[in-house]
Amino acid sequence: MEDILELEKDILDQIDAASEEKALEDVRIAALGKKGAVSALLKGLGSMDPAERKEWGPKLNGLKTRLTDAIEVRKGDLHRASINKRLETEKIDITLPVRAEAEGRIHPITQVFEEILAIFNDMGFVVEEGPDIEDDFHNFAALNFPEGHPARELHDTFFFEADEVGDQKLLRTHTSPVQIRTMMSQKPPLRIIVPGRTFRCDSDQTHTPMFHQVEGLVIDQETHMGHLKWCLEEFAKAFFEVETIKSRFRPHFFPFTEPSAEMDIGYKRVGDEIHIGEGDDWMEILGCGMVHPNVLRNVGLDPDVYQGFAFGLGVDRLAMLKYGIPDLRDFFASDVRWLQHYGFAPLDMPNLATALSW
Amino acid sequence: MKFTLNWLKRHLETDSSLDTIVDTMVRIGLEVESVKNPAEDLRDFVVAEIVEAGPHPNADKLQVCRVNTGSEALDVVCGAPNARAGLRGVFAPVGAYVPGIDLTLTKAKIRGVESNGMMCSEKELELSEQHEGIIELSDDVPIGSDAASALGLDDAVIDFEVTPNRPDTLAVAGVARDLAAAGLGKLITPDVTPVKGAFPCPISIGLKFTDDTRDACSHFAGRVVRGVKNGPSPDWLQRELLAIGLRPINALVDITNYVSYDRARPLHVYDASKVKGEIHARLAEKGEKLLALDGKEYQLTDEMCVIADDSGVLGLGGVMGGETTGSTDDTTEVFIESAYFDPLRTARTGRATGIISDARYRFERGVDPAFVEPGLELATQLVLEICGGEASDVFVAGGHSQSPKLIEFRSSEVKRLSGLELEDTQILQILTDLGFESERSGGTFSISVPSWRPDIEGPACLVEEVARIHGYENLPAVPMKRPRAIAKPLLKHGQHRARIAKRVLAARGMMEAVTWSFVPEDHARLFDDGSNLQLRLVNPISSELDTMRPSILPGLLSAVGRNRDRSIQSIALFEVGPQYHSDTPDGQRLVAAGVRLGAVEGPSSARQWSGNARAADAIDAKADAIAVLSACGAQASSAQIIDEAPDWFHPGRCGTLRFGPQNVLAVFGEIHPGVLDELDIAGPIVGFEIFLDRVPEPRAKATKTKPAADLPDLLPVERDFAFVVGGEVSAAAIVSAVQKAEKKLIVDVSIFDVFEDVSLGAGNKSVALSVRLQPTKKTLTDEEIDAVADKIVASVKKATGGTLRS
Repeated sequence: MEDILELEKDILDQIDAASEEKALEDVRIAALGKKGAVSALLKGLGSMDPAERKEWGPKLNGLKTRLTDAIEVRKGDLHRASINKRLETEKIDITLPVRAEAEGRIHPITQVFEEILAIFNDMGFVVEEGPDIEDDFHNFAALNFPEGHPARELHDTFFFEADEVGDQKLLRTHTSPVQIRTMMSQKPPLRIIVPGRTFRCDSDQTHTPMFHQVEGLVIDQETHMGHLKWCLEEFAKAFFEVETIKSRFRPHFFPFTEPSAEMDIGYKRVGDEIHIGEGDDWMEILGCGMVHPNVLRNVGLDPDVYQGFAFGLGVDRLAMLKYGIPDLRDFFASDVRWLQHYGFAPLDMPNLATALSW
Repeated sequence: MKFTLNWLKRHLETDSSLDTIVDTMVRIGLEVESVKNPAEDLRDFVVAEIVEAGPHPNADKLQVCRVNTGSEALDVVCGAPNARAGLRGVFAPVGAYVPGIDLTLTKAKIRGVESNGMMCSEKELELSEQHEGIIELSDDVPIGSDAASALGLDDAVIDFEVTPNRPDTLAVAGVARDLAAAGLGKLITPDVTPVKGAFPCPISIGLKFTDDTRDACSHFAGRVVRGVKNGPSPDWLQRELLAIGLRPINALVDITNYVSYDRARPLHVYDASKVKGEIHARLAEKGEKLLALDGKEYQLTDEMCVIADDSGVLGLGGVMGGETTGSTDDTTEVFIESAYFDPLRTARTGRATGIISDARYRFERGVDPAFVEPGLELATQLVLEICGGEASDVFVAGGHSQSPKLIEFRSSEVKRLSGLELEDTQILQILTDLGFESERSGGTFSISVPSWRPDIEGPACLVEEVARIHGYENLPAVPMKRPRAIAKPLLKHGQHRARIAKRVLAARGMMEAVTWSFVPEDHARLFDDGSNLQLRLVNPISSELDTMRPSILPGLLSAVGRNRDRSIQSIALFEVGPQYHSDTPDGQRLVAAGVRLGAVEGPSSARQWSGNARAADAIDAKADAIAVLSACGAQASSAQIIDEAPDWFHPGRCGTLRFGPQNVLAVFGEIHPGVLDELDIAGPIVGFEIFLDRVPEPRAKATKTKPAADLPDLLPVERDFAFVVGGEVSAAAIVSAVQKAEKKLIVDVSIFDVFEDVSLGAGNKSVALSVRLQPTKKTLTDEEIDAVADKIVASVKKATGGTLRS
């Protein structure tokens, strides 16, 4: 039986000596393969008498198990060694730049539109839209701008050629015509918010012939100026993402609201930065008021029964204020360097589940 | 509208500070734009006396003056002819900024003599154009005292925005009334006492209108004052007018300007000796002209109301007077006009002539119709006071309705509309202070509106008056009720598409642009869809922006050009917005359009260690279109793709995605090189236009349940094929033939190689595809796979004539 011990030692030595997986496999075949030395001994068990078999069976099976385990262990070692050897040759310069990928941007006007809309949605408003090319009725007459009234001159209106019957289309000077379109097609209660392009024949450092507004309209049987004040103060806090805001409502005039107001917010300038909600300077951010009884009558609503408010926000101006964008005209220049700098990442989608902006 | 603090105090007795007055104005809706005290510009200037004046050694016209400034004695070189010993004037020391010559004084040698400051003229202080000599102050002004006070200039000038609804605040008296109502003091505007006429008015007044046009000038009062002495008006009046930016003309004209600003009552004065016969108001006749006081000649139309005499037109009623009968320093007999002109007609005349005048500004907003005659009396008083003379009787033609507008008003309206809870007494007090009168009748009040408030129409207007005077700062902030627990969706499906399209395109590496809705007409013509309808503006801001865009592409392409001029080589821009095909609401379409120039991987990718960037081609534009359509819920894979697109695309490198000839979802391709030439931009540039409002709305379904996922356990099999086909055979035709060969098993066909080579036969190409078979019940045998392969080859041959490449 010393043979067996010797055989085991011999094979174990060979296992240890195998320096690669191929050589180890050869050792395994020589020992445990069909014609292997240990296999031959195991085959011999069949011809033994029961007493011998009882003695030799466990010994030989033990030998097979030990050799099998030793081969597995060695195999693992060799595999790891070969990986390690390969890894030594596989080195890249990790400081190489990544492959270029184009980075897109969302325009600040889109972003600010979405911010504003997310806030008003939480207060129960839904979006309505209307056409850019309007008629006198929706843009002026129904909004209580009488023919020839000086208030019309405050709106530098772009006109199209008059048609055969003398009707002249125009580019809407505000988003307010959508108030009329909505009130004429839907029944109160209404809470709508209207984003859109607006146009005035004016071009200088602070005016562009096209700009953007958001109109709001609430019509029901109970909403008064106190609600208006609350709604817009809450909006301003949410939009500028501040806990408190200094605001003031001043009487003003709009033909389609009565009483009318403008809302100012307090700010201070620190270097190039604008800090909203602190400081002693005021800036106007919107016009608003209770919907004028004549407007309600013009759309067939009884002003003794229905009431509500309307407001209009200048989106470009709000974008400039919030994000410190210095020049309005750059909004429309499509300079990709500007878009890269002031634009927003595609997945930065304003909503109230996260902070409005990051 | 400008006024000075002192002027205000002639109407308002108040202890309030300037700051309080300004804050209150803002609070009650008179939006102050600026407050300026000219004294602040003259802080460095003092009253000084010339002690000695002697000749300059080197210049005949100059003198060297010894000046006592109160704190020191200095030598000052002076060129003014009136410089003399004993004169007290305004001295600017070294270091002072002199506004009229835009210069900060330094010590300087003038012709060899040192000058330590300057004795100033009115022009140098920007007080007037007067530059004949230096300012002479009276001898009792203390030497060394503040020059601004000595000049009577230490008075704040307040400028505020007058909204179109408040013509009454175009009067200092009107501002004072609002401020008094807001609790700032007592309204002390003096009553006008009529001047008794000493003789009958020698000039009669006629109103020559038809019943239809009577409103043009419904009330005209006038009188003559004879024996007046015209000339420069007194200092106080000149100063007041100068302070608010009006140029003093002569006493008679200055008086009319003063009343215009003091009471919002425009007047006109005529040299009565130049008036021929009766003065009358009428509509102009076609062809009549007027040489107006601004020196310009105007063609009149029969829409315009004029004042005329027997010789013809004297002036445009309510807008501007004429040269021929204007008052001069020689005028000794003056006819004063006070009339009421129709706001609308005045506005139309003003717009037609382009004349901007204080009279027009007031008449078109509506002057107080009850103040026609009192205004004339006030002017008469001032003429008599300043110019002397003797007034005639007043001649009145027409008149105005004496009965005020009445509004039935429930005080509960204040709470209903403003949310303010005020007592009736508070409400009525505010209205009374503003000049309203009230009478209780049952549960309501009958409120009579003062004649100077044409803006007050109904109860809501009264609520505004009460709220603004009580103060908007006192409005309660009342939370709105949530209409439902969870807000309704903000957007309808169609509105959501625009958002999705923007985010998809930005995520694909494109920059969102916002370009003008208008383009140059020649650009619009390049992108004309065949309708040849140019929506041109009558009054564009410039010819570059005169036509509504029929496509977003020209704006984006121009932007590419501008960026390229800054040496940016790879540009990807998109815009989601309107384009215009008619002037009706239906003619406005929502389109997502984009353009790509250069490397797909962005501006910094042209040359990289990992290989050079790929330039965007028409297939990239196709990918953009498909990505947007898919994200918007369109089954882009089931859309037809045809090799046509509008004329602004390259005819051989373009395509259309559509659900049918009438339902085009998107067009894309390389922009036509001819179009780029016209736009003066170097290409190639690819682009796409996606018609978002044509994406079908999703069908409303009763359930949100998705169909069960079919995920077979059996392994799929891949087989490759290469077909030789004619060059004109489209890849889509081959793929479709493959798919049709065995609809159940084939789950994917992808093209992995396309090439042309002479070895394939002239005009032929090789298209290699990989086909994936997905068994569902049992593993496919080799025989079954071969059978499918045979079907594929046969199907492709039948559909395209293609053969398997050997």
